[in-house]
Amino acid sequence: MHLQVSQLSKSFGEGRDCKLVLQDISFELVSGQFMALVGSSGSGKSTVMRLIAGLERPSEGTIHLDGELVLRPGSDRGMVFQKYSLYPWLTAAQNVAFGLSLQGRGKAEIRERTSYFLDVVGLADAARLLPRELSGGMQQRVAIARALATEPKVLLLDEPFGALDLQIRESMQEFLHDLWKSTGLTALLITHDIEEALLLAGTVHIMAPRPGRIVHSVDVRLDRSDLRHLRVSQPFLELREELAVRLRSLDGSLL
Amino acid sequence: MVWSPSLRRFFSHPWVLGVLGILTVFVAWWLVTSSGMVDKLFLPGPGAVWLAGSDQFQQGILVADAVASVRRVFLGFMISAGLALPIGIAMGTNRTICHFLEPLMALIRYMPAPAFIPLLIIYFGLEELPKVMLIFIGTFFFNTLMIMDAVKFVPSELVETALTLGGRGLPILTRVVAPFIAPQVLDTYRINMASAWNLVIVAELVAANEGLGKRISLAQRFLRTDEIFVGLIVIGLIGLLIDLGFRFLMRRACSWAN
Repeated sequence: MHLQVSQLSKSFGEGRDCKLVLQDISFELVSGQFMALVGSSGSGKSTVMRLIAGLERPSEGTIHLDGELVLRPGSDRGMVFQKYSLYPWLTAAQNVAFGLSLQGRGKAEIRERTSYFLDVVGLADAARLLPRELSGGMQQRVAIARALATEPKVLLLDEPFGALDLQIRESMQEFLHDLWKSTGLTALLITHDIEEALLLAGTVHIMAPRPGRIVHSVDVRLDRSDLRHLRVSQPFLELREELAVRLRSLDGSLL
Repeated sequence: MVWSPSLRRFFSHPWVLGVLGILTVFVAWWLVTSSGMVDKLFLPGPGAVWLAGSDQFQQGILVADAVASVRRVFLGFMISAGLALPIGIAMGTNRTICHFLEPLMALIRYMPAPAFIPLLIIYFGLEELPKVMLIFIGTFFFNTLMIMDAVKFVPSELVETALTLGGRGLPILTRVVAPFIAPQVLDTYRINMASAWNLVIVAELVAANEGLGKRISLAQRFLRTDEIFVGLIVIGLIGLLIDLGFRFLMRRACSWAN
């Protein structure tokens, strides 16, 4: 798997109302990599994700997935949203099966893959529950299972834990890290939380707003054998502080 | 006064309170009429109304009238609901169609449906068609615009999730949009059904051979206030039954939305 994002620009509106929201974004993502885009609101990080998902078309630049130009949404790029991530009228199992049945797969295969992926996210017991009967964290795990079930080449996560309580957020970060280790998935995470990015991603891009652009990139080399310990370790805290200062200076320059 | 907890729970139940509210008016009605304060010609007592009703029932008029009115309402409303669904969805999903139709519909919506009666009689005579058309005109535009609004409020995330799972075109409509708007559509129908009932009575007051509205206007001619009350109560009861039917359907079909 090779995702190539080249000199991406995006503007909304026309004429005098034209607003440049992304300028010259370039990066590469390869199999098994976990990458994060971090920025404050207005930095265009969600737009980058929507362009890769094919939900919007870039004004300039190209996106290639395995050499093929991205023109529209497709199941090779799975996506998890922060809000309305599940279909409220479907049970957890039916939500996971949704993409598979859209693809017209056989009944037996759908049943088998659904129970397998519910098991992967640790929710085999919740198969028959409706989303409103699940906690926020469980809902996001079902959404991740649904995205994985159709075997995407890359998983796009748009602030997936942004609406969760702090404690649940932390356990979900550990869950996602374990999932990444055990399945070897490729992921692009959008977040405004530096700690989350540093905990999970091997590469972190810092984005600045107006227009959205990548101003700093870090390869994170930290011992991730114990995330709970990592959160409070000295090298982690120092790196976090350094990036926090960088982000603050970007916001400060706007005042 | 000392209230036992079980008694209090009994009285705080919404059904009990609802029945109590109806009973209060009924008892007041009975007291006022049996005291002889009001001329029976203007306000007949519950007993007289019951007698008039059972008399109409035994003659077969009551059932025939109710069937005639219900048939008109259902025919007109089914055409209205059946057309409003695809057109409302089309307006909610396609901007061109929406811009083309919305001003037109918003304009016609504010024309009072009963004002169409003279035209409808000139065009279609005095048979069933003008009454069915009146119910159609009076409910179609409300149905359509309310369904359009329901479609516009489908969260974009739900549609976009389906797109990123490999869905496109018709399946998005049938498997994402349709289930999401189902509760609102049922509620729209339930609300607009009430105006369909208003209109059928208005149409029958103007011109009809049978129907609950026709019976009321006949009763007026002979100063039979007891029969007017029979008509009013039967109309209310049928309306209530339809309303409960929609609520029941909603609870069964869209339990996720409750």
